[in-house]
Amino acid sequence: MPKINIKHQSPHIDMTPMVDLFSLLLTFFMLTATFRPDEPAPVDTPYSVSEKKTPDNNIMTVTISADKRVFFNVDNGQDTILHYRPQILKAMGSRYNIEFSPEELRKFEKGNYTLGVSMQDMKTFLNARDANERTALEKGIPIDSTDNQLAMWVLYTRQVNPNVQTLIKGDGKVEYPVVKKVLDVLQLYNVKVFNLITNLEKVQVTQKVE
Amino acid sequence: MAEIIQEDKQKGGKKKPKKHSTRIDMTPMVDLMCLLITFFMLTTAFSKPKVMQIVLPEKMTKNTIPPRIPESRTMNVILGANNKIYWYPGKPASDIASAPIMKETDYSDTGIRAALLERNKALFKKITEFEDKIKTGEIEMKPDSVQATIKKIKKSDDTGPIVLIKPSKLSTYKNFVDIIDEMSIVGIGTYTVTDISWIEEQMLATASGSAAPSKPVK
Repeated sequence: MPKINIKHQSPHIDMTPMVDLFSLLLTFFMLTATFRPDEPAPVDTPYSVSEKKTPDNNIMTVTISADKRVFFNVDNGQDTILHYRPQILKAMGSRYNIEFSPEELRKFEKGNYTLGVSMQDMKTFLNARDANERTALEKGIPIDSTDNQLAMWVLYTRQVNPNVQTLIKGDGKVEYPVVKKVLDVLQLYNVKVFNLITNLEKVQVTQKVE
Repeated sequence: MAEIIQEDKQKGGKKKPKKHSTRIDMTPMVDLMCLLITFFMLTTAFSKPKVMQIVLPEKMTKNTIPPRIPESRTMNVILGANNKIYWYPGKPASDIASAPIMKETDYSDTGIRAALLERNKALFKKITEFEDKIKTGEIEMKPDSVQATIKKIKKSDDTGPIVLIKPSKLSTYKNFVDIIDEMSIVGIGTYTVTDISWIEEQMLATASGSAAPSKPVK
């Protein structure tokens, strides 16, 4: 009886194509990665049909969270090279008689956070040791008529960078008076064009028009 | 999957130089890559959020004269509480006794959209016809000039309504965005956001029955 010759296949799999594919994917993701910026509060933006993309540079963002806190952020991304942030903080400091050390200015520039701190707490905020300490100070930027710090931020940002565009990122559940207050502040400083950040939603007008 | 590099032990006799397998164990590399890919996939914000642009006029000072608008085309849209809209045509009510009756509707496509569309028929038709021509390739244009042309059509229009959006204290940001969104869906040429007047607040209270107004309104 002839012996059946079972072919012994090597248990090794050639992993080269797999590695090739992986490196390709990895390169792709690394190059396209734009990191999600840190958000101090979750914001659920409403939907709209607008397909306009968020601009990449020359932007300032006013965030309104569901618990009515107002946050402010200058630059995300490409403006970083131009070092606007320390200039703005310096101007803010001189307005509120707070002297910031170069160390603090650097910290402010490096930490690309969305600001929710009043100027009075700014020094403690910048020198805070950990994230918990920082979150405790984030009570939102004051926008009352007696102490309107958002207005000052807007003013100095526009002085430092006149081309800045305004983005408003609001939570859908925020009551309109809060939004109005923010809009009023911006309008007061001659901001006329507002970009409201929304999620895309497709709508078809089903109604026939005769 | 792991590849084991075999080492033949040679017994006795001459020592041959060790023969290394030409294959490299790639498993750790693959592991690492998997990890990195997962990391980048999860941290990447893929879809950029979109923006909706609105242009609001400068703050009115005492010296500015408000622009005159024809009453017949005016539509006052008041955003109330609980996702309700109240609207009435004509010039903004100036006293309670002669206040117009407000129609109650909502943000659905049979609600305010139908009401707006009804009044914006002519302009909406013009815009959709133009867009259809672009889609079918009858007119070839760059996307930028398409937008500019639509803007021009809207500007030259003198039949559609002029919508005054008046968000009340009880409306939310979502309502605000929704109504402006509705303007662009329906293709309203002229609209603006203004403050709600005291009289309209009273009218709103009566219409929604939330609080007793100071004077009976009919």
